[in-house]
Amino acid sequence: MLKYVLSRLATFIPTFIGVTLISFAFIRMLPGDPIVVMAGERGISEERYLELQQQFGFDRPIYVQFWDYFTGVLQGDLGNSFVTKRPVWDEFFSLFPATLELSVCAMIFAVALGLPAGVIAAVNRGKFFDRALMSTALVGYSMPIFWWALLLIIVFSGNLGWTPVSGRIDLLYYFPNATGFMLIDSIASGQDGAFTSALRHLLLPTIVLGTIPLAVIARQTRSAMLEVLGEDYIRTARAKGMSSGRINGIHALRNALIPVITVIGLSVGTLLAGAILTETIFSWPGIGKWMVDSIFRRDYPVVQGGLLLIAVMVMVVNLTVDMLYGIINPKIRKR
Amino acid sequence: MSFTTKLATGAMLAALGATAASAQSLVYCSEGSPEGFDPALYTAGTTFDASSHPIYNRLAEFKVGTTEVVPALAESWEVSEDGMTVTFKLRQGVKFHSNDQFTPTRDFNADDVIFSFDRQGNEENPYHTVSGGTWEYYGGMSMPDLIESIEKVDDYTVAFNLTRPEAPFIANMAMDFASIVSKEYADAMMEAGTPEMVNQAPIGTGPFQFQAYQKDAVIRYLRNDEYWGDPAKVESLIFAITPDASVRYQKVQAGECHVTAYPNPADVQAMKDAEDIVVMEQEGLNVGYLAYNTQVAPFDNANVRKALNMAIDKQAIIDVVFQGSGEIAKNPIPPTMWSYNDAIEDDNYDPEAAKAMLEEEGVTDLSMKIWAMPVQRPYNPNARRMAELMQEDFSKVGVDVEIVSYEWGEYLERSKSKDRDGAVLLGWTGDNGDPDNFLAVLLGCDGVEKSNRAQWCNEEFDALIQKAKVLPTQEERAPLYEEAQQIFKDQAPWATIAHSVVYMTMRPEVENYVVHPLGGHIFNQVGLKQ
Repeated sequence: MLKYVLSRLATFIPTFIGVTLISFAFIRMLPGDPIVVMAGERGISEERYLELQQQFGFDRPIYVQFWDYFTGVLQGDLGNSFVTKRPVWDEFFSLFPATLELSVCAMIFAVALGLPAGVIAAVNRGKFFDRALMSTALVGYSMPIFWWALLLIIVFSGNLGWTPVSGRIDLLYYFPNATGFMLIDSIASGQDGAFTSALRHLLLPTIVLGTIPLAVIARQTRSAMLEVLGEDYIRTARAKGMSSGRINGIHALRNALIPVITVIGLSVGTLLAGAILTETIFSWPGIGKWMVDSIFRRDYPVVQGGLLLIAVMVMVVNLTVDMLYGIINPKIRKR
Repeated sequence: MSFTTKLATGAMLAALGATAASAQSLVYCSEGSPEGFDPALYTAGTTFDASSHPIYNRLAEFKVGTTEVVPALAESWEVSEDGMTVTFKLRQGVKFHSNDQFTPTRDFNADDVIFSFDRQGNEENPYHTVSGGTWEYYGGMSMPDLIESIEKVDDYTVAFNLTRPEAPFIANMAMDFASIVSKEYADAMMEAGTPEMVNQAPIGTGPFQFQAYQKDAVIRYLRNDEYWGDPAKVESLIFAITPDASVRYQKVQAGECHVTAYPNPADVQAMKDAEDIVVMEQEGLNVGYLAYNTQVAPFDNANVRKALNMAIDKQAIIDVVFQGSGEIAKNPIPPTMWSYNDAIEDDNYDPEAAKAMLEEEGVTDLSMKIWAMPVQRPYNPNARRMAELMQEDFSKVGVDVEIVSYEWGEYLERSKSKDRDGAVLLGWTGDNGDPDNFLAVLLGCDGVEKSNRAQWCNEEFDALIQKAKVLPTQEERAPLYEEAQQIFKDQAPWATIAHSVVYMTMRPEVENYVVHPLGGHIFNQVGLKQ
């Protein structure tokens, strides 16, 4: 197992260097000079322009800029945002817990509903339940996030008044954000009703963000289950007279899980993409909206630093998924 | 309804009840996050709403709801006879806020005024580079060229020595970048090794004191009980940052916020019809225009430009592009600005006459380019669509239009060129409510190959605005600007298209909100009915 882990970790290093380079190059490939964009209609004088270029370090050759950035990254310095003038690192970590909290909840929601739905659909293949479930999943998968979110807000917050429209907690509650995770902070604050309020604020964004992964997981579970259910050893187990609950739940599901876990791992990328829209609509203070704003403003340090951190996270998740394969299927770790 | 839902609903009702009881909190659903809290460092209106208006004061300020400049931290000012020195008499007994790290030991005085400007203009000042200071507005308003020196006459008198007489200087002192910060606080933070706190945990003299900011989520302020002016009507002010306009609409309807700005134009009618929402409106301090290149034939001929102006169906643009949230512009300055010449008549939409006029000038088979901005602005929410409408209008008078666009930075740069091919869609939002800020910047001879996109230099017009710039009083300046607007209309370097209409939406219990023509959202005197 250790050898397996080390070999996975070794692939981390070239990927990391590649991502650093790509994230640095990506934002610079977009047309548009950040200084001119910053000045807008008002314009900027030639002297001032040169002064700012120097201040931001744009007057140096591009490879020097990259080297400075790369060595900075290795020392944990991602530079300062052009717009807010604050360290990218600080900004990222003040916003990231909100995204993480929402993504984890969305993932739990997607797995908790998607996995059983897929299993049930597979077992009832071709029957009404299967068809209904799979067409619903298709609708869920194709639904534009923006529209879906507004629909839920208008129905549940506007018409029925069951959930708050947006935000992370009722403005009535005010306590320090010790961890940045509102569910934890609200309990720690000890204020009456704070936790409930945080939970209620989480409800709609969780559903919106979790919908696509839910659909993907349900469909993937179903097809993986169907494949496994056709295998010889399942027929053997059935012939032995094993209960169908035991067959489906233990023998089939466990083997069907490998592709499902792959999909869950890949969904992390989808979640981050979906988080951009979900965060914008629900006024959720996470990194999705922060990145998009920064691309429009040509805020180089934020875009390259943010991309790098997100990429590293996705890499960590994929690494974890690889480890999980090893645990679920011993054959993989021996390879 | 299950038991848990009931429980949750009950909890929510209790929470709502509690909110209503603490009616002294005013919640504003703002459209975005401030870049920081030191207004001199930034240029965005969203930042000023969160910083300069609640937290700070300036020597002079705009009376809310007008572009009139009134005394604030300066009780009075005097301009020397030659116009080269402006002396401010400062208000006494003004207290700065305090926070966990800082408690002021003295009142506001001349040192704070000098520090507030010196850090922006003087490269030697230790605060010049703090928080990546680029002091955009200070430079943009030409302060480095204009201010020769700032002198402390005594603790409560400050003299600004200028390099030339400049009437708009007082209005500039009322702008956000001229907010007065505490020198004592800045010194204390420098000593503590955390100078960026001046920007992150602001200390000012304003009606509200900064309490906390959670990035992209909430900003909290408390009333400054030691405020020198009329105290704020509410105990606390909360900005709930809500970037999506549809969500802001839902929030104000659900009572989750009291006031919000920038509704979707498409929602305005429904909001006006809703019982629990009050909608206020006013023309914005901006103008959207199409600037011809007056240096290139046949656009160097005023009659050709006039003919084209007559070919544009502006009402259709207002209806389609602005969806009603705009007003036809006939002058280069907006109607809320003093010296607006309302006697001027706009060119009527008349394609027949336009065609005849073009033929008279010997212009046939004309083909031209129209540049469409790639970004959304209040003065032009959809430049591409606007250009398409103009393309259609111009084709009716036999002019063939090609629409071009560039990335925003490129667009701004390329459109400055004297030999640019084509007419440019662009606009301007005013800074200080002074006509000079529109007429000189956008149409003066100094602006050619810079912000004067029409490359238009008319001696008569330029002489008028140069003269008006150095006259001391508004009464003396206004007639000159009115005359200049007439010359502009006759010469038609632009087709003036529209001024946006600004909407503010709020709950019926909000009292005393005034829409500010300079665009800020100001809550100093806003209250809530019990």
